[in-house]
Amino acid sequence: MSKAYGIIAAFDDTREIFQACEQVRDAGYTQWDALTPFPIHGLDRAMGLRRSKVPRLSLIGGIAGFCTGMALIWWTGAADFRLIVGGKPYFSPMFAFPISYELSILFTAFATILGMFFLNRLPMHYHPVLKQPQFARATSDRFFIVIEATDPKFDAARTRALLVQAGGKDIVEIEG
Amino acid sequence: MSAHPDSAAVGAPAVLAEVKPAVLPRPVLVANNRNYTWITDKICSLIEGPTPTWWWVCFIVAIFVASFTIAGLTYLVGTGVGVWGHRSPVNWAWDIVNFVFWIGIGHAGTLISAILCLLRQKWRTSINRAAEAMTIFAVACAGLFPLFHVGRVWMAWYLFPISNANAIWQNFRSPLEWDVFAVSTYGTVSVCFWYVGLIPDLAVLRDRFTLAGHNLRAWLYGLFAMGWRGSNRHWRNYEMAYLILAGISTPLVLSVHTIVSFDFAVSLLPGWHTTIFPPYFVAGAIFSGFGMVLTLMLPLRAIYHLEDLITQYHIDNICKITLATGTMVGYAYAMEFFIAWYGSNPYEGFAFINRAFGNYAWAYWIMITCNVITPQFFWFKAVRQNTTLVWVLSIFVNVGMWFERFVIIVTSLARDFLPSSWGYYSPSIVEIFTFFGTFGVFSTLFLLFIRFLPIMPMAEIKAVTQQADPHGGGDRH
Repeated sequence: MSKAYGIIAAFDDTREIFQACEQVRDAGYTQWDALTPFPIHGLDRAMGLRRSKVPRLSLIGGIAGFCTGMALIWWTGAADFRLIVGGKPYFSPMFAFPISYELSILFTAFATILGMFFLNRLPMHYHPVLKQPQFARATSDRFFIVIEATDPKFDAARTRALLVQAGGKDIVEIEG
Repeated sequence: MSAHPDSAAVGAPAVLAEVKPAVLPRPVLVANNRNYTWITDKICSLIEGPTPTWWWVCFIVAIFVASFTIAGLTYLVGTGVGVWGHRSPVNWAWDIVNFVFWIGIGHAGTLISAILCLLRQKWRTSINRAAEAMTIFAVACAGLFPLFHVGRVWMAWYLFPISNANAIWQNFRSPLEWDVFAVSTYGTVSVCFWYVGLIPDLAVLRDRFTLAGHNLRAWLYGLFAMGWRGSNRHWRNYEMAYLILAGISTPLVLSVHTIVSFDFAVSLLPGWHTTIFPPYFVAGAIFSGFGMVLTLMLPLRAIYHLEDLITQYHIDNICKITLATGTMVGYAYAMEFFIAWYGSNPYEGFAFINRAFGNYAWAYWIMITCNVITPQFFWFKAVRQNTTLVWVLSIFVNVGMWFERFVIIVTSLARDFLPSSWGYYSPSIVEIFTFFGTFGVFSTLFLLFIRFLPIMPMAEIKAVTQQADPHGGGDRH
């Protein structure tokens, strides 16, 4: 049952993992990841990752929020229950603006956070790299590269050799 | 007189052979070159260690003080809004003063977490978590006042566009309704922003409690950590989301206090009906919030020995922002007077003369002393380096900003257009209890926060240390 999830290697500082990521990227791997306690400047490019897609979802959220505000105020004031207040028009984008503005921000925030969770496939409380205690240092003070067995270029011996060459320490296979 | 070495090459162009830019050392944000392990251990130890005695003492006192709010509000709900001291013509008083006071305090948290993030002010990392917590708890305290001032608090849902039996909708032309949306959006987005920032740190605690064998705690922190494992593929989306949240919180925080000021500025009352209100309120809010940041962070720094994380550089910066915003507020006071005179509106002129020399002159001069004079001490390095003195001055800032709202609201209402409608407002004991108790509510929440959650964002602090840069250039790249 315990099929290998992949091979993991540890690194002690940001410079080491940065260079190792460039080597793994250049070796053509795609199903792999770096585990770091904090975001490292430039590591996305060293890993060959493209720009995050979160902003697209945020934009959709913002537009939806603005339209919700305008539609709500138009429908309640000018369609559902027409009531003259202070001799002002039933609807005007002017007085509807502040609330639409706030709702744009609110919906952008929701879209951004939910979008981030969705794109990251979180919450995911079970994951092979969370199983073994030595990798807990990935959230504190150590850096790891894990290459998954599902990667088309994965080969237990050659992948291990690559990680050794890249300066990885404590290289082990982890179970899925 | 010896010749300058370069003057040997007579006739050569007056340029250097090689440009050597001076190395300008940046202030270190984590003193004593502490490493990642130290940062994790230091911040987690505040949660993992046994509960200190001082914490219990403070907590019990805070709960006791908070009970005054509970008592005041219970009596209000049981009797009616008449138990507060509001009488015509002063129909808005401490309730809205306290509301604006607390919401203003919250603004510094958002300024630190959002605006300073966009401006790449890396020193914000040490204080942003606690300042954001301060924002959320301050907004919670602020919300109590308008909520209970509606009278029948169980009908407060009428403020939101929920279909009700009268089939009538809210008046969306009113700044008060805008305020409902602004403040509830602000509260929600602040909680979201805070929570997103907490996720990587909750994962740290989950892992530490797992290793230590505290299964229940590991499970609880793990539940909220969402299975965070520090994956760089996650960090990529996370950092982008964080940046966007900072980007939208910036216009949000500016709009919230702008809309709060619209509650007054959109009316036609002399003393309120001024265009300077939105920027003036925002500057005042940030001023008061930074005052509260100092009030909270200096004791925390001393008790928890966080001097390596909140360095003198951090305190200097907070003091300088307090000085800058305090001076803006002072400018706004002067400009209000100038416009009252220059605008030649006799009612407006009277409102301002009355503020400074009328029945409430005592409040006005407390405000001027605390808000205009107090921050000027921060020009001096010796003052900024004396943390006790900075803390005392921060209390004056808090007091002064409360009085600012009192002066604006009460003096303008107490003198109506006709002298026959003039009045003098004093708070009732119920109001005093309710307001006093909110400090207990705030402190209770804040004490729970510092006991159970990491008070500083570990991941962000590690990211601004010297050793975090893979290219070894400090924070330049």
